[in-house]
Amino acid sequence: MKRRSFWSWVWIVLGSLYFILPLYSTFDFSLREKKGVLSFLSYKNVFIDPNFWDTIGFSLEIAIFTIIVSILLVVPTVYWIRLRLPQLRGILEFISMLPFVIPAIVLVFGMIRVFSGAPFFLTDTYFGTYALLVAGYVVLALPYVFRAVDTGLAAIDVVSLTQAAQSLGANFGTILIRLIFPNLKVAILSSAFLTLATVVGEYTIASFLVGIKAFGPYMSLIGQNKTYESSSLAIISFMFTWSFMGLIQLLSRGKAASTSLAGAR
Amino acid sequence: MLNNQVSKQTTKRDARSARPVPFPWRNWIGVIPFFIFVFLFILLPSITLLTGAFRDNAGKLTLSNFVGLLDPSIINAYWVTIKISLASAVGGGVLGFLMAYAVTIGKLPTSVRNTLMTFSGVASNFAGVPLAFAFIATLGRTGLVTVLLKNILGLNLYDQGFSLYSFWGLTLTYMYFQFPLMVLVITSALDGLKNEWSEAAENLGAGKSLYWRKVALPILMPSILGSMILLFGNAFGAYATAYSLTGGFINLITIVIGSQIKGDVLYNPGLGYALAVGMIIVMAAMMAIYYSLRRRSERWLRL
Repeated sequence: MKRRSFWSWVWIVLGSLYFILPLYSTFDFSLREKKGVLSFLSYKNVFIDPNFWDTIGFSLEIAIFTIIVSILLVVPTVYWIRLRLPQLRGILEFISMLPFVIPAIVLVFGMIRVFSGAPFFLTDTYFGTYALLVAGYVVLALPYVFRAVDTGLAAIDVVSLTQAAQSLGANFGTILIRLIFPNLKVAILSSAFLTLATVVGEYTIASFLVGIKAFGPYMSLIGQNKTYESSSLAIISFMFTWSFMGLIQLLSRGKAASTSLAGAR
Repeated sequence: MLNNQVSKQTTKRDARSARPVPFPWRNWIGVIPFFIFVFLFILLPSITLLTGAFRDNAGKLTLSNFVGLLDPSIINAYWVTIKISLASAVGGGVLGFLMAYAVTIGKLPTSVRNTLMTFSGVASNFAGVPLAFAFIATLGRTGLVTVLLKNILGLNLYDQGFSLYSFWGLTLTYMYFQFPLMVLVITSALDGLKNEWSEAAENLGAGKSLYWRKVALPILMPSILGSMILLFGNAFGAYATAYSLTGGFINLITIVIGSQIKGDVLYNPGLGYALAVGMIIVMAAMMAIYYSLRRRSERWLRL
């Protein structure tokens, strides 16, 4: 017994070191911009750069649109299929796994080839390009939004609740807004935070569609020019991920947290 | 009484509409937006790449793009990508498994388990540009660990042939998001190992190692392999981390595709399509193996 728990501690400590050392090194490095003393100068430099706020604002906006579109797309579909077309469930599950098979770089490649030319010409306008970016992120988010919503709906008796609502005179829209969405609050919020955590710093799709307007490519640019600021950006970005994931943990206490596979690798 | 009647009626109506054939067209309205989206943003891009891979610049059918994949530098790119994905999947898989083992069968306090799960959720999502920065500050030429090793142990990593910007450096960096992912996916499988099995084995006179060799590992093996395949795919499609770590100066398949999109070096759209199709094929094969392994593991473990 003793021996077993000794080795358990060894593995935990080893893994924790792997986890903490890079963060500690980055934090340490980010404090050394001023020679000889530790200071938060590099953080100050990050925060006074208007581009930092512009790009993070842009990426947050894109993330919020991504969340809205993916919820509006996935929730009614999963609900409808549970209610009326249960034979399509397998296909839906298969589709939701497709983003694992198509890496982000391949996805953005295909999207550029399809939508930059005739008949769409999406990349000719800002609006079109942003819409394309949101669409790409909706695809990336699809696996975990689907899973969160699907498990959320499995927990309630969709058919009986719908019948009850219908017998009270509710139509499809009312049922969705007043019955399904409230029941899926946890699923929707946790997939929203996961989307925020992965989309805000996303690099691959953003760099090919909008370049340094987005936060990921902006960080990359800073990394090429400024040594210390890149470390403080890494710490700031880690705090971001940390706070969003922490919120998910708070929401889904006890349950296994959903995780992202098709994120910003 | 009245309620009962109403529910009976609605049940009847729903039973009819839920019958598989024939479909009244109204049953399909609700799924149309989703399928249009999937068609436009998943299927159409994939189909375009696939058909493009079989056409030359003039639009005629050809296989020459796939012949282009046999170019030594392309084969090398696939090979390096596979090596890094494999090494980081096995490395991350083993470390992640041992940590998950420690908090499940190793019977560490629940608080350790909860902390580990939270940290894993965060770390598995900490990738891309900031992760590259973090590893430059750790194992780069002037990184903290590099300097510590030199000052304390007199070991100069970079004299030993190590470089953060090559195979081992990239593998270690990828492992940062790989092992937490392993922890997240393998913990439920380890939870599924029943105490009764080890007790039964003990009653039959088996020691710990015999139990692991003959019972636990064979049951867990499909889950372990399946999870590692997931990690492999995770690393195989990675672009942001590798690009920001090496500035594009490593011969990975994703990096080659990236430069094809930008059209900056040796621009050849047909080859780009073929490369992308090659990636999709590898990823699809991985997912197929993953699902067949998952079915196997579900025989014994409820996941």
